[in-house]
Formats: sequence, structure tokens, C-alpha cells
Amino acid sequence: MLIKQLSVFIENREGRLEKVTEIMDKNNINIISASLADSSEYGVFRMIVSDPENARSVLKEAGFSANLTEVIAVKLPHKVGMLHQLFKVLAEAGISVEYMYALSSSEIGSMILKVSHTKKALETLNKYNFDLLKAGEAYNLK
Amino acid sequence: MIWNETKECMSCDEMRNLQSARLKKMVGRVYHNVEFYRKKMQQMGLEPGDIKGIEDLNKLPFTTKNDLRDNYPFGLFAVPESEVVRIHASSGTTGKATVVGYSRKDIEIWQECVARVLAMAGIGKNDKIQISYGYGLFTGGLGLHYGAENLGATVIPMSSGNTKKQITMMEDFGCTAIACTPSYLLHIAEALEEAGKLDKVKLKAAILGAEPWTENMRHEIESKLKIKAYDIYGLSEIMGPGVAADCGYHNGLHVYEDHFIPEIINPETLEPVAEGETGELVITTVTKEALPLFRYRTKDLTSITCGKCECGRTLARISRFKGRSDDMLIIRGVNVFPSQVEAALLEIGETSPHYLLIVDRVNNLDVLEVWVEVEERFFSDEIKALEDLTKKIAHVLHTALGLAVKVKLVEPKTIERSEGKAKRVIDKRKLI
Repeated sequence: MLIKQLSVFIENREGRLEKVTEIMDKNNINIISASLADSSEYGVFRMIVSDPENARSVLKEAGFSANLTEVIAVKLPHKVGMLHQLFKVLAEAGISVEYMYALSSSEIGSMILKVSHTKKALETLNKYNFDLLKAGEAYNLK
Repeated sequence: MIWNETKECMSCDEMRNLQSARLKKMVGRVYHNVEFYRKKMQQMGLEPGDIKGIEDLNKLPFTTKNDLRDNYPFGLFAVPESEVVRIHASSGTTGKATVVGYSRKDIEIWQECVARVLAMAGIGKNDKIQISYGYGLFTGGLGLHYGAENLGATVIPMSSGNTKKQITMMEDFGCTAIACTPSYLLHIAEALEEAGKLDKVKLKAAILGAEPWTENMRHEIESKLKIKAYDIYGLSEIMGPGVAADCGYHNGLHVYEDHFIPEIINPETLEPVAEGETGELVITTVTKEALPLFRYRTKDLTSITCGKCECGRTLARISRFKGRSDDMLIIRGVNVFPSQVEAALLEIGETSPHYLLIVDRVNNLDVLEVWVEVEERFFSDEIKALEDLTKKIAHVLHTALGLAVKVKLVEPKTIERSEGKAKRVIDKRKLI
């Protein structure tokens, strides 16, 4: 039910993001979705990629600090009010969202979520019939 | 004014005789009361009787900061603890502080030495002196405080920081003298300038020390504030401020040789260097009761000149300091060793991450930035966790160094390594 997100520590210097994408490119790893969280001096570059384990190891070889975190990808139909429905059930269950970003293809839209209580979130989402994107599905999105 | 003409102007022969007599007495006392030195002398086959005078000084063993650490806290004290009336402490090379103690007599001698310094700067009982060195375990504040009281001046114990208040008191009380670090006085001068109060203060002299400074800084301070600026030297291991200071001729700092015997050695060979040549300053205390030290290696690089000064004093003079023979940094008057940072960083992990100290001077105040490499074990996908890590490191370093530190997280392998060993310090302060 969970998918692996790749996170990389990036200093706020020119060319650092480019270095990461270059490594992904060279190793034939597809970046399906990406988000950059920034602070004044550094950022965390989060990605859903086609081969998370390999991506992590090639980044590590290149000297980056990278890790894999399990996140939830919730499918959301392209309809008014869907995101609100999602936050409503999570809020009622007392679950907070640490961060989120979108993962979409032409067919499906989904939201990547890192939450305070993963297990509880999964139960809640299941209870309210939210559809989750499976790992295999996510890594192979085109 | 010369506070103690007998001692400060005695002939070279008289001084050698006085030093010899005091040294002999001190060696006997130390041998009987301090196990560390007794053992060291026994290993060297040295008996107290072998030291017949100052000519035998170089037979005595050296003492280092590590010896003080190894005997932490009171192992080198030569008097019973009941005779100790004051304790001070400064940074050690690792987590442990360097602890020093004073008997009542030691405090009296310290007051005498500081009074000599102040008198040399033209300060007297009609002056009001603002002590803007930190008070507390650091020797700066209390050292100057007691010396100024001994002199009879009016003491305003401001301690360091809160520049706005410093300026208000300076103006309202009509302070005529100030003692602080030279960079802090420059900072105060700028604040006075901004407030349009440069003409409102009555300052005439400043006693500046606890950090390296230059002739250029002296000129800047003197011209901006229209005062005379004097250099004071000291270190807690020996006593604190007042071991040496310069007179109005600024021909080097007069060492109070009747209490502290200076030598200059080559830090590599440990052999004495010729007069006027640069080397490491080594000091033997001959009157200290609580913590007498043989040939303490200060790690400060300087040279020594003998002969009478134009001011009339005959005391040997040491030149402005030319640096250190170890990696100690002096930041806002606080001694910082890179090894302390390393030891403190161990608190956040089992091994210390790679780090780099960047020291700079911004608006005349020293700032310390510490770069820490974010290895995988510290990395988190959440910014919040990284911010917590930054705060934790800053807190741990602040506690260990006694100095506020700006922490910057950097990517792994960004701190330059040379021959496998990381460069630990970049000092951007321009002191030439």
C-alpha cells in the first residue's frame, strides 16, 4: 500500500539539482514526480522514481545523502471537492500531513502524502474507500 | 605614572637576584606540595637543590595545557583547598575546562599587576572605569575589576554585551576609561557614532586585550574615539589579564618579571631562541601560591626585548603577538579549540561528522559559523527534522564553547580534505 519515495539533501548552490537529475538520467531512472522543499540554506529534493533502490545507491556513490521513505499515494478523481474529502477524513482521524505533492499522469491524478500516523491513515483511507496507488503501479507510470 | 617604581624600574642584576631567590623558594614549595611536579623532577633526576638560580631555569620541565587537563580540576594546586579563595576556568582542548585557583595572596598580586597596567595607561583614582569584559569564570572581568579597585578608580562592572546600555552608562556616568576586547570597543565606537554621541563621552583611555589585534586597529580606535589605547596580555593559567601590558611608547608589552619569568623557545626544538627572535612564550610563575607553574607553554608566538624603555621601566618587553603555535582560536575573547567542536559533535552521533569552522568579523564582532556535513545517518526527508538537527548542534556547541554559533548543514564531502585529513578552520578575519 505504501510506495518508496527517494529524498536527497541539496545545498542551495547552483547546479546541485542538475547534478541529481544528471545521475538519474545516466542510470536510466525515470522521475515520475518530484517536489522540492526549501529552507534558507538547503533543500530536500523528494521524488518518486522508477527504481528507488538503485537510485539511492547511485546517488550515494556520487556523494549525496539520500534515503527512502514510505509514503502514501492516494488516487483522486479529477473532480471538485476530492482533496477536501481526503483532508476531511484525515483531520477527523487526528492525522496530520507532514508534506504532500501531486503525482499525475494523463489517466490518473494522485496525491503523495507523508503523514504523522501512517498505519492509522491507511485504515482511515480504506474505511472511506479511497483508492491507493500501488508501488508497482507508481514506479511504472508513464 | 609608575605604580611600583621599585619593581618596575629595578636594574637587570637586581631583577635577576630577585627572580633567583623567588624561583628557588618556589621550586622547593612545588616539589613538596605537588605530586605531579615531584614525580616529573624525580624522573629527570632533578632535586630542588639543583635549581640555584634563574640560570638553572631551563633544567625545569615544561608544563602544558594538557597537564592541567590531566590533573583536572585541582591536581596541580600547591596549597590546601581551604587556602583557595577563588576559582576561574577557561576552555580546555577537549570537553574539560582548564581550572585555575588563587590564594588570598595570589589575588593581591593580581590586583597589584592590574593596578600597574592601569597606572601605566594614565588611569588613577579620579577615573571611572567601565569593565566591559565578561564577568564570571573568565578572568577578564574580575581581573580588571579588582585591579581597578586596588588603584582606587571607580569601577563600573558592566560585563560584556548590551551595547546600548554600555553607551548610556558611559555617557551618564562620565566614564573616562574602559576595559574590553579591542573588537568590542570598535563595535561600541560605531554604535556611539550612529547615535551621534562620539563627542558626548569623556573616554580618554582603553585597556584592550583577550584577543589578537593590530596596530591598525589601535589607530582606528584612537582616532575614532580620540583616546589612547593600551594592550594588556594575560592568560588564566598564569593569572589572567595583567601578566604584561604596554606603556604609552608602545614598544612592546612590559612583562611583570618579578612575578612571571618569560622565556622564548623554538616550539619545535624547545630550545631558547636569541633575543629579538620570534618563538613561543614560556612563563614560570615565581610568586603564585595556589597554582604555581614551571615553564608553562603559552603557545603564543612573540619575541622578547630587554633594556630600559623610554618610559623608564626596565622590565623585559614582549612584542605584539604574531600568532599561535597550536590551533587555538580566540573568538570574542573566548578560547576555542577545533577539538572542542569535535568532542561536542560526538553528542549527536557515535562518530563526529565532518565539520569546518569559519570565523569572520562582521561589524567588528567576531562570528563563528560551523559547517556540518549531513551524512545519511543525520538526513531526514522532513525539513522539520533537519531544522531540529541544526538547533541541536547549535545548542550543543553553544554549551561546549560558551559562544553562540551559527550552524550550517552542508552536503557530504563538500568540506575540503587534504591528504585524508579535513581542514578544520577558515579564519577570514583580517588582522594585518
